[in-house]
Order: sequence, then structure tokens, then C-alpha cells
Amino acid sequence: MDLKLKVWRQKNAKEKGKIVNYDAKGISPDMSFLEMIDVVNEDLIVKGDDPIAFEHDCREGICGSCNIMINGEAHGPLPGVTTCQLHMRSFKDGDTIYLEPWRAKAFPVVKDLVVDRSGFDRIIQAGGFVSINTGGAPDANALPIPKKDADVAMDAATCIGCGACVASCKNASAMLFVSAKVSHLALLPQGQVEKKERVKNMVNAMDKEGFGNCTNQYECEAACPKDIKRDFIRVLNKEFILS
Amino acid sequence: MSLDSKIPSGPLEKKWDDYKSHIKLVNPANKRKYTVIVIGTGLAGGSASATLAELGYNVKTFCFQDSPRRAHSIAAQGGINAAKNYQNDGDSVYRLFYDTIKGGDFRAREANVYRLAQVSTNIIDQCVAQGVPFAREYGGHLDNRSFGGAQVSRTFYAKGQTGQQLLLGAYSALSRQIGLGNVKMYPRTEMLDLVVIDGHAKGVVIRDLVTGQITVHSADAVVLASGGYGNVFYLSTNAKGSNVTATFRAYKKGAFMANPCYTQIHPTCIPVSGDHQSKLTLMSESLRNDGRIWVPKKQGDTRNPADIPESERDYYLERKYPSYGNLCPRDIASRSAKEVCDAGFGVGPGGQGVYLDFSSAINRLGEHTIAERYGNLFQMYEQITGENPYKVPMRIYPAVHYTMGGLWVDYNLMSNLPGLFVIGEANFSDHGANRLGASALMQGLADGYFVLPYTIGNYLAEVGFGKTPSTDHAEFKKAETDANSQINKFLSIKGKRTVDSFHKELGKIMWNNCGMARDEKSLKEALVKIPQIREEFWQNVNVPGSGAELNQSLEKAGRVADFLEFGELLCLDALTREESCGGHFRTEHQMDDGEAKRDDDKFCHATAWEWKGVGAKPTEHREKLEFENIKLATRSYK
Repeated sequence: MDLKLKVWRQKNAKEKGKIVNYDAKGISPDMSFLEMIDVVNEDLIVKGDDPIAFEHDCREGICGSCNIMINGEAHGPLPGVTTCQLHMRSFKDGDTIYLEPWRAKAFPVVKDLVVDRSGFDRIIQAGGFVSINTGGAPDANALPIPKKDADVAMDAATCIGCGACVASCKNASAMLFVSAKVSHLALLPQGQVEKKERVKNMVNAMDKEGFGNCTNQYECEAACPKDIKRDFIRVLNKEFILS
Repeated sequence: MSLDSKIPSGPLEKKWDDYKSHIKLVNPANKRKYTVIVIGTGLAGGSASATLAELGYNVKTFCFQDSPRRAHSIAAQGGINAAKNYQNDGDSVYRLFYDTIKGGDFRAREANVYRLAQVSTNIIDQCVAQGVPFAREYGGHLDNRSFGGAQVSRTFYAKGQTGQQLLLGAYSALSRQIGLGNVKMYPRTEMLDLVVIDGHAKGVVIRDLVTGQITVHSADAVVLASGGYGNVFYLSTNAKGSNVTATFRAYKKGAFMANPCYTQIHPTCIPVSGDHQSKLTLMSESLRNDGRIWVPKKQGDTRNPADIPESERDYYLERKYPSYGNLCPRDIASRSAKEVCDAGFGVGPGGQGVYLDFSSAINRLGEHTIAERYGNLFQMYEQITGENPYKVPMRIYPAVHYTMGGLWVDYNLMSNLPGLFVIGEANFSDHGANRLGASALMQGLADGYFVLPYTIGNYLAEVGFGKTPSTDHAEFKKAETDANSQINKFLSIKGKRTVDSFHKELGKIMWNNCGMARDEKSLKEALVKIPQIREEFWQNVNVPGSGAELNQSLEKAGRVADFLEFGELLCLDALTREESCGGHFRTEHQMDDGEAKRDDDKFCHATAWEWKGVGAKPTEHREKLEFENIKLATRSYK
């Protein structure tokens, strides 16, 4: 397949960015989206140009590194799929594809398609944990947890922190991300002791980072590559009110 | 130089407890006077950083990802072993110890492995207390499944995302310490060199990957938790960023590299689809619990798998290894797949694949149960291949997955350089010549939560506080200058070939000549070719851009330069070890039935290599492995 790419190029956080056109030729439908960019980049380097900077690591859909707005959609057109797991068989010969970084004030551009998502880490540092030091934990089976609760907690804990929810939200809200962590711990007995402090601290940290609030459009849920459900936002709101 | 493993005396089951009772301690008020540097934030580095900070040490932690949550441990799927015996099926610390030693083909240290089995039970308790959502039974208790190389169900899991959940547990403990100011976290950084002063590791040289700024950091001890080197093969299941640089640069500063030829080839990966392939995707070994592996009995049979009747299928693992069947260890399953494909029975494009078939499990248990157990893996498979594994069998083929070799460490997890500790996949210990499934997560967390925090204290108490060197020291200046000049060299070559093209060329040689099977001829050939590629690299590589910005080509160049030297060492190690064991299969050394032939008289040792310069032969050191509690036996899974 031959494709036309329109890629956001931005040298660094301070300089202005712009869309630049590239041709991607001889692309196999079996390639992943990132392998397609690899091919383009190899070409650019041989020509003496600067390759397109993009974030990636595991290429198995789990590390949460990859983050590209593809034709205006976070991680591209398929539901429940990260950019690295999107394959070129989802596109047609001759297609024009737009590649842009996540857009959010709280995610400043570092270079080209790479953004700074450290705001997410600071939210977790504010309370996204159970305070337990290593050693001295009771036997794991001393704390039975209903399978249903453990399963729902697992569904929430599956969040990979990629930031697609923020990038897709008109308010650049991080509420799906925060709600996933709050719900994961609020559903388990281990999380009960610090429940109130946790939700207050995390929501405060989220606001401080400049993320917006939820106005119930649910673009976050639609964009989430791990199918994190909007119901968790309800849990977050409930926990916040109760705190 | 003799390698002192510092194994404590006394009976095996008491060594660790006695050791802990007699080590030197650092007074709580003095702990904050020490600084420890940790490189890497996976299960080993993340858990070590958190635990050392909880104890009161100043910790500086570095990772190359944008967040410590993205370390490659996150990709582990299947589970983590622990000798809890919750299933009442006969498990015990001794049995986990024995399975691990046997699985590693009797090439690991008894004392280390026993300790690993002992602390395994604490790991599960710790993780549950952190809120890791392990799978549960309806009664609320933890669920277990079985994995290759074991006949008990001792594997704890969180769907097919166990590594993710354990890493997020360690990351949450680490985040708490970052928030409290006890850990200073440096994401998007890379260690370029180790600083050694008076024979002790005392600091590192770091490049900020965004600004390009090079800085030096001093400490009382340095911990490398930087993972494995599987990407020397270019195609592997490792994350693209996984690299050998931190351990290799420490090797060049005097730390010994042990058993680099022990590379694990994982049997259940998605086959390569073409030359564009940038990495390989693993399908969890847990699939072998319910998936049956087969190939057609007829060579070159291209019929649709559903049209091949039972009588014309060869379930070769069940046939060859009736007691373990599809759950035989990884090296054996991988080699068996290679054999049937090499013999012309392989399926899929190019015949490089075997079927992993769930149809009988789906008939027996229903699609719902299979979806519950492996749903995300099935989705991932369909996403990559475009085929629905509920309807047609998966196709799998072995791929490079884990590296058992690494920097040599003693019982304290300290390298031969005092003050340099190496944990998790970065060290050579615990797995011997092959790693059993669900053991990597166990070792990473054992080292980080429960072993290193004790052993490092013993070292720090000995050297005393208030001795952190100034970064004005000449060794820091020299290491910084060297790092800068290597970067300038990369940028000045302005050749015609990309970094990746060299990496791919090296990878093909590593896979073809030193992959699932090696022999003297293939290894000698590799040892001629690798220096040639390296020479061309330094003449003809093209690294665009500058050193003062985010420059992903420059990052890769440094890593590939290291792989080009390390690959040679790996092949040399494989050539020197004239036996077959675990992940190291020398075709000259096999039994009549094709099983690996170990040579305990000559090779019951760990080989630790000492750097002597680029292209110069490194010096070989040997640590004899003493087996006092286990009788060396021919490994059989029949």
C-alpha cells in the first residue's frame, strides 16, 4: 500500500510545530502502525532528515507508552486497541493519515509526537497506593475477597496510563484515569483505611496538574484501549462526595 | 582470581535465616546518611527502590521510560510462582527449589535458589497487602494455575496481566516514596557509565534523554536492575528499549559477565510475518494449560487445520513427554517445535509455526471459560494475525524471550566490584541454564523486596557512612568526558547506514548462528562476522540530529554499539561451553534421542568473563557449582 502521512513535527516544547507531509510507500497490511513509521523513519535517516520522534516500548499493547492521535482519534480507529497493536490492514491503499500528539495543556509536547505525561505519575504519588511497608504482611489468604469484587478491581486496575482518555476529552479531563485507580483500591479491603484521603489527594493533584473535569461526554471510554468503563467515574464521584 | 560466592555455611534450609541474624546492621538514624543509586524500575528496581527508601536510605532511581510504570516487567503475562501449597497438591519450599534447579539444568547455585523459594511466599503476601488484584476463587481465596516444568499448581495470576499488576504494585510503593521525598526519581534518563573509585562502585554517568545533558551522580552503592539483553537478537519479545548498556558498561569497568550464552527461547510466540517485523509477541505459557500443540503427520500438509482429522495430527509433546505433555519446560518445547518445523511439518507461511489448538478445551469447558482465562491473549492474537483463535488454532513459533546470563553476583547479589549490586534479570543467578515459567517475576520481586535490602545493609555498614565521594573526583570527570566523546563520535561519522540496519544484521547472525541450536562451526563463523559488522558500524553509521535534544537514533546507536561487542562475548561463551544445557543447545552434544547432553565433569560451573578490551579475548573465570543437597541427574520430563 502507498499512503500519505500528515505528521505533526515540533522540534521541542518551545518551538512552534506544524504538519509536514510524507509518503509511506510499499506498506504491508501485516505491519503494525509503528512498524509503518519505522519504515518511513529509515527512509528519512538515509535522506539525512530528522526521523519522526514517537513514544513506544513493549509493542504488545501493555506498557502504555505509545500515544498517537490518528486521524483525530487516540490510538486510531479500532476500539480497545493501542497504537502499537493497530495494524495497517485497517487502512486502504492511497489513504491519507494524520498523525498528531496527545493534545492537552497538562501533557506538554516534548518533541513531534512525544508528550510529557508525568502529571499522571504525580497524581499516583499523591495517594494512588496502599501505605504498606515491605515485610510483615499477613498471609495472603487471611484476607478473602469475593471473586466478583476482585474481578471488578482487576478491570479497573487494567488501566495502562497511556493518556488516551485525556487526549480524547474536550476538557482534557483525567477522570477516567483517576477513577480507575480510585475504584481499584476502593473495591478491595486493603484500600479501605486510606480511602477518603486517597480520593481527596488524587483529585486535588489532578486539578493542580491542569486536567479538566468530566462533563459526561464519555469520549474517554470510547478511546480507552483497555476498555476502562465510565462507571468508574461514578465510583470516583461517590467516593469523593463521601470523603 | 577466584570467585567467592560467599554462600553461608550450615544446612541449606537455615542459611538465609542464619545469614540475616548475623549480618551487620545500619542504625536507623544513620541510614539517611547513605545514598543508593538504582538503575531501572521494573519489578526488581522498583521494589528495591521502594524498600530501600522505606528503610530510610536516600535513593536516586533512574529509568529510560517516561514513567517508572512502563518498565518491561509490565509485559509479563502468565503469573508468579510461590510455594504456598494453597492447593494442597504437595507443594513445598523444597519442591519449588528442586523444580527450579532441575528446570535450570543444574547450572544454578543451590543456596540462591533455595532462598528464592523461601521468600516466594512472602512476595504473595506483600503484593496482596498492596492491593494487587490476583485471581480469586468463589470462596474469596487465591486461585492458582500450573506452569511448565511443574506438576503442582503454584502460579498466582491476575488474568493474563500478572506482570502489569505486580509492577503497578511495586510502582505504587515506589510512588509513595517519591511523594514522601525519599526517592528522587529521574525518568527519561540513561546510564552511560559506572564510576569506580578505589575498586568500589561509587556512582554513575547519566544522560538526560530530553535535554541531552550529561551529569554525574555519586553514591555509597549502585544497584543495577536494568533487565536482560535479549535484544541482541534484534527480534525478541523484549520491549524495544530493553538493552544491555548498563550491565555492559559495568562489565567494561571490571564487573564480570557470567553465562551470557544462556538465552531462553520461549515456545509460544506469534510467528514472524515479514522483514518489516520489529519485535515478536509472546503468548503466555499459561495457554499450554488448555491448548494442545500439534502439527500434521504429513509433511507440507497445507489443508485447513479443521480438515485434518485427529488420526492425522501429531501431538508431539504429548507423544514424547507423556507425564508433562504440553507443560514440559520452555527449552524442551522450543526445541521440539524447531525440530518438527525443520523436518518439514511446520504450518503457516514458510512452515515456521506449529498449532496451539484450543478446540478440545472449548468443547470441554465452553468458550466462556476459555475467554475468562485467556480472553485478552486471544484478542491480542487476533489483532496481530487477523485470525480468530476461537475458530482456528493459533500458530506459534519459538522466539528469544529471557536471558539467564548477566553480571556475576555472589550470595549478597553483589558483583565482584564491591558496592555494585545487580538484581533481577540483570544478574546471572537463580535460573541456571533455563528459566521456568512464572519465575522471573518471582526473582525480580524476591531480590528487590526481600534480599537486597538485607545484603546491601551489610555492605553499607562495613564501608561506613560519610564516605560518599565528591563528583569532583577525577574518576567522575574522566567517565563524563568519555561519555561525551562517544556521543560526539556517533554524531560525527555521518555514514550511509541507519543504526537499525546494523542491529538487524547483527540479530540475524545471532539467531542463525547462536539461536536455538549452535555448533562450533556456526559460532566460529559468528565470531568472524560480528567484528566485521562492528568495524563497518564505526565507519558507516548515520546518526542524525544533535546530542543536545531528544534524539532516539543517538540512544539506539549507543545501545547497538554495546550489542555489537556483547554479541561477540555471547558467542564466545557459547563456543567455550562444550555441552548442552537448558537454553544452550550445542548440536555436537546431544543424546541419541535428541535430548540435551550435559557434561557435569567438565562444565558444572558458571563462567564469568573479564573485559580485556575491544576485540581482545576476555579472561575466563569459573565458579564451580557445588551440589550438596541435590543429586545431579539427567533432566527428564518423560
